[in-house]
Amino acid sequence: MANLDIVKPENLVYTKTKVLTDNVMHYCPGCGHGTAHRIIAEVIDEMGIQDKTIGVSPVGCSVLAYNYFDVDFQEAAHGRAPAVATAIKRLNPDCFVFTYQGDGDLAAIGTAETIHAANRGENITMVFINNGIYGMTGGQMAPTTLVGMKSATTPYGRRVDLNGYPLRITELLATLPGTYYVTRQSVHTPANVRKAKAAIRKAFENQKLQKGLSFVEICSSCNSGWKMTPVQANKWMEENMFPNYPLGDIKVDGKLCENITADRLVLDHPLTVVNK
Amino acid sequence: MAFKGQIVIDTEHCKGCGVCVEACPMKCIEISKNVNSKGYNYTHTVNDKCIGCASCAIVCPDGVISVYKVKC
Repeated sequence: MANLDIVKPENLVYTKTKVLTDNVMHYCPGCGHGTAHRIIAEVIDEMGIQDKTIGVSPVGCSVLAYNYFDVDFQEAAHGRAPAVATAIKRLNPDCFVFTYQGDGDLAAIGTAETIHAANRGENITMVFINNGIYGMTGGQMAPTTLVGMKSATTPYGRRVDLNGYPLRITELLATLPGTYYVTRQSVHTPANVRKAKAAIRKAFENQKLQKGLSFVEICSSCNSGWKMTPVQANKWMEENMFPNYPLGDIKVDGKLCENITADRLVLDHPLTVVNK
Repeated sequence: MAFKGQIVIDTEHCKGCGVCVEACPMKCIEISKNVNSKGYNYTHTVNDKCIGCASCAIVCPDGVISVYKVKC
Protein backbone atom coordinates (compact mmCIF):
# COMPACT_ATOMS: atom_id res chain seq x y z
CA MET A 1 0.00 0.00 0.00
CA ALA A 2 2.58 2.48 1.07
CA ASN A 3 4.64 3.93 -1.70
CA LEU A 4 7.87 4.25 0.20
CA ASP A 5 9.85 5.52 -2.81
CA ILE A 6 8.14 8.88 -2.30
CA VAL A 7 9.00 9.12 1.39
CA LYS A 8 12.28 11.03 1.09
CA PRO A 9 13.28 14.31 2.72
CA GLU A 10 13.39 16.14 -0.63
CA ASN A 11 9.75 15.26 -1.33
CA LEU A 12 8.44 16.48 2.01
CA VAL A 13 5.71 19.08 1.48
CA TYR A 14 4.15 19.29 4.90
CA THR A 15 5.07 18.29 8.40
CA LYS A 16 4.51 19.61 11.90
CA THR A 17 6.42 22.83 12.45
CA LYS A 18 9.38 22.89 14.83
CA VAL A 19 7.83 25.79 16.74
CA LEU A 20 5.49 23.23 18.31
CA THR A 21 7.09 20.86 20.79
CA ASP A 22 6.79 17.09 20.55
CA ASN A 23 4.56 16.88 23.62
CA VAL A 24 1.27 15.13 23.00
CA MET A 25 -1.49 17.71 23.37
CA HIS A 26 -3.93 17.04 26.17
CA TYR A 27 -6.89 18.23 24.08
CA CYS A 28 -9.72 15.84 23.26
CA PRO A 29 -9.51 14.07 19.88
CA GLY A 30 -10.72 16.42 17.14
CA CYS A 31 -10.47 19.61 19.21
CA GLY A 32 -9.85 22.77 17.20
CA HIS A 33 -7.28 23.98 19.72
CA GLY A 34 -4.63 21.71 18.22
CA THR A 35 -5.21 23.11 14.74
CA ALA A 36 -5.23 26.68 16.05
CA HIS A 37 -1.97 26.07 17.91
CA ARG A 38 -0.41 24.66 14.78
CA ILE A 39 -1.35 27.53 12.49
CA ILE A 40 -0.07 30.09 15.01
CA ALA A 41 3.19 28.14 15.28
CA GLU A 42 3.44 27.98 11.49
CA VAL A 43 2.97 31.74 11.21
CA ILE A 44 5.69 32.31 13.83
CA ASP A 45 7.94 29.92 11.93
CA GLU A 46 7.28 31.54 8.54
CA MET A 47 7.86 35.04 9.87
CA GLY A 48 11.08 33.92 11.60
CA ILE A 49 10.07 35.53 14.89
CA GLN A 50 10.39 32.53 17.20
CA ASP A 51 13.00 34.22 19.40
CA LYS A 52 11.01 37.43 19.84
CA THR A 53 7.49 36.13 20.26
CA ILE A 54 5.88 36.09 23.68
CA GLY A 55 2.56 34.35 24.17
CA VAL A 56 0.13 34.72 27.03
CA SER A 57 -1.92 31.69 27.90
CA PRO A 58 -5.32 31.84 29.57
CA VAL A 59 -7.25 29.72 31.99
CA GLY A 60 -9.42 27.15 30.29
CA CYS A 61 -8.71 24.17 28.09
CA SER A 62 -5.70 25.96 26.62
CA VAL A 63 -4.16 26.73 30.02
CA LEU A 64 -1.24 24.45 29.18
CA ALA A 65 -0.57 26.06 25.80
CA TYR A 66 2.96 26.90 26.96
CA ASN A 67 3.77 23.18 26.94
CA TYR A 68 3.19 23.03 23.21
CA PHE A 69 4.74 26.23 21.81
CA ASP A 70 8.51 26.51 21.69
CA VAL A 71 8.33 30.29 22.34
CA ASP A 72 8.37 32.36 25.53
CA PHE A 73 5.10 32.17 27.37
CA GLN A 74 3.45 33.75 30.37
CA GLU A 75 0.47 32.31 32.18
CA ALA A 76 -2.11 34.94 33.13
CA ALA A 77 -4.76 34.95 35.83
CA HIS A 78 -8.22 33.99 34.59
CA GLY A 79 -9.31 36.47 31.94
CA ARG A 80 -6.37 38.80 32.48
CA ALA A 81 -4.29 37.80 29.48
CA PRO A 82 -4.82 41.12 27.60
CA ALA A 83 -3.67 43.07 30.69
CA VAL A 84 -0.56 40.91 31.01
CA ALA A 85 0.06 41.16 27.27
CA THR A 86 -0.26 44.96 27.50
CA ALA A 87 2.54 45.09 30.06
CA ILE A 88 4.74 42.69 28.10
CA LYS A 89 4.26 44.64 24.87
CA ARG A 90 4.92 48.02 26.49
CA LEU A 91 8.10 46.75 28.13
CA ASN A 92 9.27 44.88 25.02
CA PRO A 93 7.94 46.91 22.10
CA ASP A 94 10.06 44.96 19.59
CA CYS A 95 8.55 41.64 20.60
CA PHE A 96 5.52 40.06 19.02
CA VAL A 97 2.99 39.49 21.77
CA PHE A 98 -0.12 37.40 21.42
CA THR A 99 -2.80 36.14 23.76
CA TYR A 100 -4.56 32.86 23.23
CA GLN A 101 -7.91 32.70 24.99
CA GLY A 102 -11.12 30.73 25.00
CA ASP A 103 -14.62 32.11 25.27
CA GLY A 104 -14.92 31.57 29.03
CA ASP A 105 -11.69 33.46 29.58
CA LEU A 106 -12.02 36.25 27.03
CA ALA A 107 -15.77 36.82 26.84
CA ALA A 108 -16.85 36.05 30.41
CA ILE A 109 -14.43 36.73 33.24
CA GLY A 110 -12.05 38.75 31.09
CA THR A 111 -14.57 41.00 29.33
CA ALA A 112 -13.30 44.15 31.04
CA GLU A 113 -9.65 43.46 30.21
CA THR A 114 -10.53 42.51 26.65
CA ILE A 115 -12.61 45.60 25.96
CA HIS A 116 -10.18 47.99 27.61
CA ALA A 117 -7.12 46.50 25.91
CA ALA A 118 -8.95 46.87 22.59
CA ASN A 119 -10.10 50.37 23.44
CA ARG A 120 -6.56 51.44 24.36
CA GLY A 121 -5.46 50.11 20.99
CA GLU A 122 -2.63 47.99 22.34
CA ASN A 123 -0.38 46.61 19.62
CA ILE A 124 -0.99 43.00 20.46
CA THR A 125 -2.60 40.07 18.69
CA MET A 126 -5.49 38.37 20.41
CA VAL A 127 -6.57 34.92 19.31
CA PHE A 128 -10.02 34.02 20.59
CA ILE A 129 -11.21 30.42 20.37
CA ASN A 130 -15.01 30.33 20.43
CA ASN A 131 -16.67 26.99 20.97
CA GLY A 132 -19.81 28.27 22.64
CA ILE A 133 -19.32 26.31 25.84
CA TYR A 134 -17.09 25.97 28.86
CA GLY A 135 -15.11 22.95 27.73
CA MET A 136 -12.67 22.36 30.55
CA THR A 137 -15.12 22.44 33.42
CA GLY A 138 -17.59 20.05 31.83
CA GLY A 139 -19.71 21.81 29.25
CA GLN A 140 -21.50 24.56 31.16
CA MET A 141 -23.17 27.51 29.45
CA ALA A 142 -20.80 30.25 28.30
CA PRO A 143 -21.77 33.79 27.26
CA THR A 144 -21.32 32.61 23.67
CA THR A 145 -23.66 29.61 23.98
CA LEU A 146 -26.33 29.78 21.29
CA VAL A 147 -30.02 30.29 22.02
CA GLY A 148 -31.56 26.85 22.45
CA MET A 149 -28.23 25.11 22.80
CA LYS A 150 -28.07 22.50 25.52
CA SER A 151 -25.27 22.55 28.02
CA ALA A 152 -24.68 21.18 31.51
CA THR A 153 -26.26 24.25 33.10
CA THR A 154 -28.95 24.75 30.44
CA PRO A 155 -30.18 21.17 29.98
CA TYR A 156 -33.33 22.33 28.17
CA GLY A 157 -31.48 24.80 25.98
CA ARG A 158 -30.41 28.39 26.55
CA ARG A 159 -33.40 30.65 27.12
CA VAL A 160 -33.22 34.32 26.32
CA ASP A 161 -35.54 35.32 29.15
CA LEU A 162 -33.45 33.45 31.70
CA ASN A 163 -29.91 33.41 30.32
CA GLY A 164 -29.76 36.39 28.00
CA TYR A 165 -28.40 36.62 24.50
CA PRO A 166 -25.20 35.11 23.10
CA LEU A 167 -22.37 37.61 23.41
CA ARG A 168 -20.83 38.45 20.04
CA ILE A 169 -17.71 40.05 21.38
CA THR A 170 -15.97 40.17 18.03
CA GLU A 171 -18.63 42.48 16.60
CA LEU A 172 -18.51 44.46 19.82
CA LEU A 173 -14.76 45.01 19.55
CA ALA A 174 -15.03 45.96 15.89
CA THR A 175 -16.97 49.05 16.87
CA LEU A 176 -14.11 50.32 19.06
CA PRO A 177 -11.65 52.72 17.42
CA GLY A 178 -8.67 50.97 19.05
CA THR A 179 -8.94 47.80 16.98
CA TYR A 180 -7.12 47.67 13.68
CA TYR A 181 -8.03 44.22 12.43
CA VAL A 182 -11.01 42.14 13.53
CA THR A 183 -11.98 38.90 11.88
CA ARG A 184 -13.79 35.65 12.52
CA GLN A 185 -12.45 32.40 11.07
CA SER A 186 -12.82 28.70 11.67
CA VAL A 187 -10.59 25.63 11.52
CA HIS A 188 -12.90 22.78 10.57
CA THR A 189 -12.02 22.31 6.89
CA PRO A 190 -8.72 22.64 5.00
CA ALA A 191 -9.93 25.80 3.23
CA ASN A 192 -10.98 27.44 6.49
CA VAL A 193 -7.69 26.51 8.13
CA ARG A 194 -5.80 28.23 5.31
CA LYS A 195 -7.96 31.35 5.65
CA ALA A 196 -7.51 31.36 9.41
CA LYS A 197 -3.77 31.06 8.98
CA ALA A 198 -3.72 34.03 6.60
CA ALA A 199 -5.73 36.01 9.15
CA ILE A 200 -3.30 35.16 11.94
CA ARG A 201 -0.38 36.10 9.71
CA LYS A 202 -1.99 39.47 9.07
CA ALA A 203 -2.69 39.91 12.77
CA PHE A 204 0.97 39.32 13.61
CA GLU A 205 2.24 41.57 10.83
CA ASN A 206 -0.05 44.37 12.04
CA GLN A 207 2.06 44.55 15.20
CA LYS A 208 4.86 46.06 13.11
CA LEU A 209 2.55 48.90 12.04
CA GLN A 210 1.73 50.00 15.61
CA LYS A 211 -1.80 50.94 14.62
CA GLY A 212 -3.85 49.01 17.14
CA LEU A 213 -5.09 45.70 18.32
CA SER A 214 -5.60 42.73 16.00
CA PHE A 215 -8.30 40.32 17.00
CA VAL A 216 -8.84 36.91 15.42
CA GLU A 217 -11.81 34.85 16.53
CA ILE A 218 -11.59 31.19 15.60
CA CYS A 219 -14.84 29.23 15.74
CA SER A 220 -14.03 25.77 16.94
CA SER A 221 -16.01 22.72 17.85
CA CYS A 222 -16.06 21.21 21.32
CA ASN A 223 -17.12 17.67 20.53
CA SER A 224 -16.83 16.47 24.15
CA GLY A 225 -18.87 19.38 25.48
CA TRP A 226 -21.40 19.15 22.68
CA LYS A 227 -21.57 15.34 23.10
CA MET A 228 -20.88 14.52 19.45
CA THR A 229 -18.19 12.88 17.39
CA PRO A 230 -15.57 15.29 16.00
CA VAL A 231 -16.97 15.04 12.47
CA GLN A 232 -20.57 15.53 13.63
CA ALA A 233 -19.49 18.47 15.76
CA ASN A 234 -17.86 20.17 12.78
CA LYS A 235 -21.05 19.68 10.77
CA TRP A 236 -23.19 20.95 13.62
CA MET A 237 -20.97 23.99 13.93
CA GLU A 238 -21.38 24.75 10.23
CA GLU A 239 -25.16 24.46 10.41
CA ASN A 240 -25.85 26.19 13.71
CA MET A 241 -22.95 28.30 14.77
CA PHE A 242 -22.14 30.11 11.54
CA PRO A 243 -25.60 31.73 11.13
CA ASN A 244 -25.05 33.30 14.56
CA TYR A 245 -21.33 33.85 14.19
CA PRO A 246 -20.83 34.63 10.48
CA LEU A 247 -17.30 34.03 9.22
CA GLY A 248 -15.19 36.65 7.51
CA ASP A 249 -13.32 39.88 8.07
CA ILE A 250 -15.24 42.51 10.01
CA LYS A 251 -12.66 45.25 10.22
CA VAL A 252 -9.54 45.51 8.08
CA ASP A 253 -6.87 48.21 8.38
CA GLY A 254 -8.91 50.11 10.91
CA LYS A 255 -12.02 50.37 8.73
CA LEU A 256 -15.19 48.32 8.85
CA CYS A 257 -15.51 46.13 5.75
CA GLU A 258 -17.99 47.26 3.11
CA ASN A 259 -20.28 44.28 3.60
CA ILE A 260 -20.53 44.96 7.33
CA THR A 261 -23.70 46.95 7.75
CA ALA A 262 -25.22 48.19 10.96
CA ASP A 263 -27.69 45.29 10.79
CA ARG A 264 -24.85 42.84 10.66
CA LEU A 265 -23.14 44.36 13.67
CA VAL A 266 -26.32 44.45 15.69
CA LEU A 267 -28.06 41.27 14.67
CA ASP A 268 -31.80 41.29 15.11
CA HIS A 269 -32.60 39.24 18.14
CA PRO A 270 -33.57 36.55 18.82
CA LEU A 271 -30.86 34.83 16.89
CA THR A 272 -31.27 31.53 15.11
CA VAL A 273 -32.56 29.07 17.66
CA VAL A 274 -30.79 25.76 17.62
CA ASN A 275 -32.26 22.46 18.70
CA LYS A 276 -29.74 20.01 19.95
CA MET B 1 0.58 17.21 -14.63
CA ALA B 2 -0.25 14.76 -11.99
CA PHE B 3 1.10 14.39 -8.55
CA LYS B 4 1.59 11.33 -6.48
CA GLY B 5 1.73 11.55 -2.74
CA GLN B 6 2.27 9.55 0.35
CA ILE B 7 1.41 10.42 3.90
CA VAL B 8 3.24 9.19 6.97
CA ILE B 9 1.12 9.11 10.12
CA ASP B 10 2.71 9.22 13.53
CA THR B 11 0.31 6.56 14.82
CA GLU B 12 1.53 6.81 18.40
CA HIS B 13 0.43 10.47 18.59
CA CYS B 14 -2.78 10.04 16.54
CA LYS B 15 -6.00 10.28 18.54
CA GLY B 16 -8.25 8.85 15.85
CA CYS B 17 -10.63 11.80 15.67
CA GLY B 18 -11.36 11.13 11.99
CA VAL B 19 -11.22 14.74 10.82
CA CYS B 20 -8.60 13.80 8.21
CA VAL B 21 -10.85 11.02 6.90
CA GLU B 22 -13.51 13.64 6.09
CA ALA B 23 -10.98 16.08 4.64
CA CYS B 24 -9.31 13.64 2.23
CA PRO B 25 -10.64 14.28 -1.30
CA MET B 26 -9.33 10.92 -2.57
CA LYS B 27 -10.80 8.88 0.30
CA CYS B 28 -7.52 7.17 1.05
CA ILE B 29 -7.55 7.46 4.83
CA GLU B 30 -9.57 5.33 7.19
CA ILE B 31 -9.64 4.66 10.90
CA SER B 32 -7.81 1.46 11.71
CA LYS B 33 -9.20 -1.40 13.77
CA ASN B 34 -5.91 -1.47 15.65
CA VAL B 35 -5.13 0.81 18.55
CA ASN B 36 -1.99 2.58 19.70
CA SER B 37 -0.56 2.39 23.20
CA LYS B 38 -3.06 5.00 24.43
CA GLY B 39 -5.99 2.97 23.14
CA TYR B 40 -6.93 5.25 20.26
CA ASN B 41 -7.89 3.75 16.90
CA TYR B 42 -5.35 5.54 14.78
CA THR B 43 -5.83 6.38 11.11
CA HIS B 44 -4.04 4.66 8.24
CA THR B 45 -3.96 4.83 4.45
CA VAL B 46 -6.05 2.27 2.62
CA ASN B 47 -5.12 2.85 -1.02
CA ASP B 48 -2.46 4.58 -3.12
CA LYS B 49 -4.64 7.30 -4.62
CA CYS B 50 -2.98 10.01 -2.51
CA ILE B 51 -2.16 13.14 -4.50
CA GLY B 52 -0.20 14.87 -1.76
CA CYS B 53 -2.68 17.75 -1.34
CA ALA B 54 -1.92 17.88 2.41
CA SER B 55 -5.59 18.55 3.29
CA CYS B 56 -5.41 15.84 5.95
CA ALA B 57 -2.27 17.29 7.50
CA ILE B 58 -3.72 20.82 7.50
CA VAL B 59 -6.82 19.85 9.48
CA CYS B 60 -5.10 17.37 11.79
CA PRO B 61 -5.45 18.84 15.31
CA ASP B 62 -2.43 16.95 16.56
CA GLY B 63 -0.15 17.52 13.58
CA VAL B 64 0.71 13.85 13.23
CA ILE B 65 0.66 13.69 9.42
CA SER B 66 3.68 14.37 7.21
CA VAL B 67 3.06 14.64 3.48
CA TYR B 68 5.44 13.66 0.69
CA LYS B 69 4.73 14.47 -2.93
CA VAL B 70 6.35 13.88 -6.35
CA LYS B 71 5.45 14.82 -9.91
CA CYS B 72 4.68 11.92 -12.19
